[in-house]
Amino acid sequence: MTAANSATPRSASVDARGWGWRHAGRTDWAVARLDLRIDPGERVLLLGASGAGKSTLLHALAGVLGGDDEGEQHGRLLVNGAEPAAARGQAGLLLQDPDSQVILARVGDDVAFGCENLGVPREEIWRRVHEGLEMVGLDVPLDHPTSALSGGQKQRLALAGVLAMRPGLLLLDEPTANLDPDGVTEVRDAVARVLEHSAATFIVIEHRVAVWQDLVNRVIVLDQAGGVLADGRPEDVLENQGERLSTAGVWVPGRGHGLPARRSVAPDAAHGILLRAEGLSIARTKNLEVARDLNLTVLAGSALAVTGPNGAGKSTLALTLAGLLKPSGGRLQASAGFADGAPAAPIAWTSRQLLSRVGTVFQDPEHQFVAGTVRAELGVGPRALGRSGAAVDGRVDVLLQRLRLDHLAGANPFTLSGGEKRRLSVGTVLATQPRLLVLDEPTFGQDFRTWREVVGLLIELIDDGTGVLAVSHDSEFVAAVADREYRLLGTVAGQPAVPR
Amino acid sequence: MSLLTIPVGTRAIFRVNPVAKLAAALVLAGVLMLTIDWVSALVALGCEFVLFFWAGLSARMFLLRTLPVWLAAPMAGLTTLLYGQAAGQVYWTFGLIHVTEGSSELAVATTLRILAIGLPSVVLFVTVDPTDLADGLAQVVRLPSRFVLGGLAGLRLVGLFIEDWRALELARRARGIGDGGAIRRLGSQAFALLVLSIRRGSKLATAMEARGFGAPITRTWARESSFGGREYALVGIGLFVALLAVSVSVATGSWNFVLG
Repeated sequence: MTAANSATPRSASVDARGWGWRHAGRTDWAVARLDLRIDPGERVLLLGASGAGKSTLLHALAGVLGGDDEGEQHGRLLVNGAEPAAARGQAGLLLQDPDSQVILARVGDDVAFGCENLGVPREEIWRRVHEGLEMVGLDVPLDHPTSALSGGQKQRLALAGVLAMRPGLLLLDEPTANLDPDGVTEVRDAVARVLEHSAATFIVIEHRVAVWQDLVNRVIVLDQAGGVLADGRPEDVLENQGERLSTAGVWVPGRGHGLPARRSVAPDAAHGILLRAEGLSIARTKNLEVARDLNLTVLAGSALAVTGPNGAGKSTLALTLAGLLKPSGGRLQASAGFADGAPAAPIAWTSRQLLSRVGTVFQDPEHQFVAGTVRAELGVGPRALGRSGAAVDGRVDVLLQRLRLDHLAGANPFTLSGGEKRRLSVGTVLATQPRLLVLDEPTFGQDFRTWREVVGLLIELIDDGTGVLAVSHDSEFVAAVADREYRLLGTVAGQPAVPR
Repeated sequence: MSLLTIPVGTRAIFRVNPVAKLAAALVLAGVLMLTIDWVSALVALGCEFVLFFWAGLSARMFLLRTLPVWLAAPMAGLTTLLYGQAAGQVYWTFGLIHVTEGSSELAVATTLRILAIGLPSVVLFVTVDPTDLADGLAQVVRLPSRFVLGGLAGLRLVGLFIEDWRALELARRARGIGDGGAIRRLGSQAFALLVLSIRRGSKLATAMEARGFGAPITRTWARESSFGGREYALVGIGLFVALLAVSVSVATGSWNFVLG
């Protein structure tokens, strides 16, 4: 029991010898010919283009890749000299999606879950639960419902659960990609505190290098073609490989996005108004009002960013302006030119009438996929408008090329990578050329490459006269795209939209 | 969502192991299911209404949660009244409908029986915390822990599914396929929800495995689930009510064995 009782767990080494993994049913190897040695106690930032197999490697080290029916392995991968799957609990893995990592209904029970599975005695479990929660700074009662936690708190909860298992190898797979800026800071600070008190070997995957740069002493870049592309001290690798990493989707600190600035056209307010909200109240579901007395206008050829803290009603506002949710009070009216023969209130428009007027890109692209292939997905809108087969094909071909999805035309939308899904979800909306685009966190969880593409596309569209309304936590996105910012403050009414 | 929230309190019933609540409800239902007569049901119902004072529910919550039972019982009774086995004096006929002395007696018995079985089941389960139930099923009943914990973790996804469903609905309107054809749309939307739920399920499974779930180690339990005096008392009360109902029913000659 001495090992279990000591506050600092022994740290683990990692050895990969010609290791590779191919998921069942795929022709390409997710990871190939990997030779690597990580010594106990090293702190590693793992980089590489999307599809280079970073997640696969971390899952393998945690022993959760599955058996022979899940895929095929060559070479050897060892944690402390043993197969990872045979030494459960030696490696602790924190995943990207906060929602899918909460296992039990109460905070204390959730942290205890891992210890129970490892057969830790009861008194020792609760000691570790308290210690874990304290370490990540989650100061809530043990019976606090996990469903009431914010994204950042959920990630810290999961981290506490991992720490309670006393892993010698701490693995973080994009732990902050799905968090707002406050959540990112929360989680990063919690990890920093943990590393101060722990000797555990540490590996983190993250596109946003700046977040973790100070906490690591080694950067390893995986090559998409197999093996290691670069390996060394953070400063050296980022200096030598900056250009290459940047094109591979990594956010290298100190490098701009290199996109053209928005052409600043002063929108002619008299002609440019698409929507006008006066004393608008919004509700997510009936009786659940989230904000009231909102006054704002949405203009053509201009971008309005909706910002504010979690739970202030940003998404609800966007969905209401997009004609998808019914306002719970006040007025929301489309200008005569925008309504174009349809009723003035967007919620009264038919689903078909919406198509050529408002295009909505949902936060989770998977919610808006309705077809079996990428090509069919892009054709759904034009077809619903009754366009001819040839016209639909023409439009779809243009979009496939523009969004670099042509090689995936026959693929099922659900099988795409995160970045591809995002591009497709934007494409489905552009297919019917709506005059207003409403986007909910369009850059959430995206790597630099997809970010650049989405932002570049939006800038083009706005300059061509499309109105854009975007909910975003991403300050760089807001800086690159938005003309005005509308800040929701939580319980009170929003601020007047201010020019940036 | 309010149906998923569990009231908390300090009364004794909240500390009773959910397994005992399950057992008490099963004993009562099992015995009352053996007969169709109004006497046994009425006796059980009478006892239950006294016991409900200790059930840990306010009158408002009691009515709210048991509303479905109050609605279902008379509906079943009405059906029995109109279509039940004809016997004795005929009061009214219309097509297939025969309201007779026998069918009206059966109708009353059915209504009371559904109340006598349904009300205590609902009342006992309103105060059950799923986590405690899972602890009990695994530690007291000794069901396989993988099965019990998998189910428990899956339960947490229900809230996410409700949100998914709402988003899918909005997205279909946004995609231009929200007009008309409600039934066809419902079908495709249900399929989309199924796809999403499988993905959520497999992600959750990975998260659980990452925390050592399924490791070949004997699991320990952070929360002890015990079965003692309080639990035996509750099951005893259930048994007592059931036996009292049967005794009175037999003594008054109204026992009507279902299979007899």
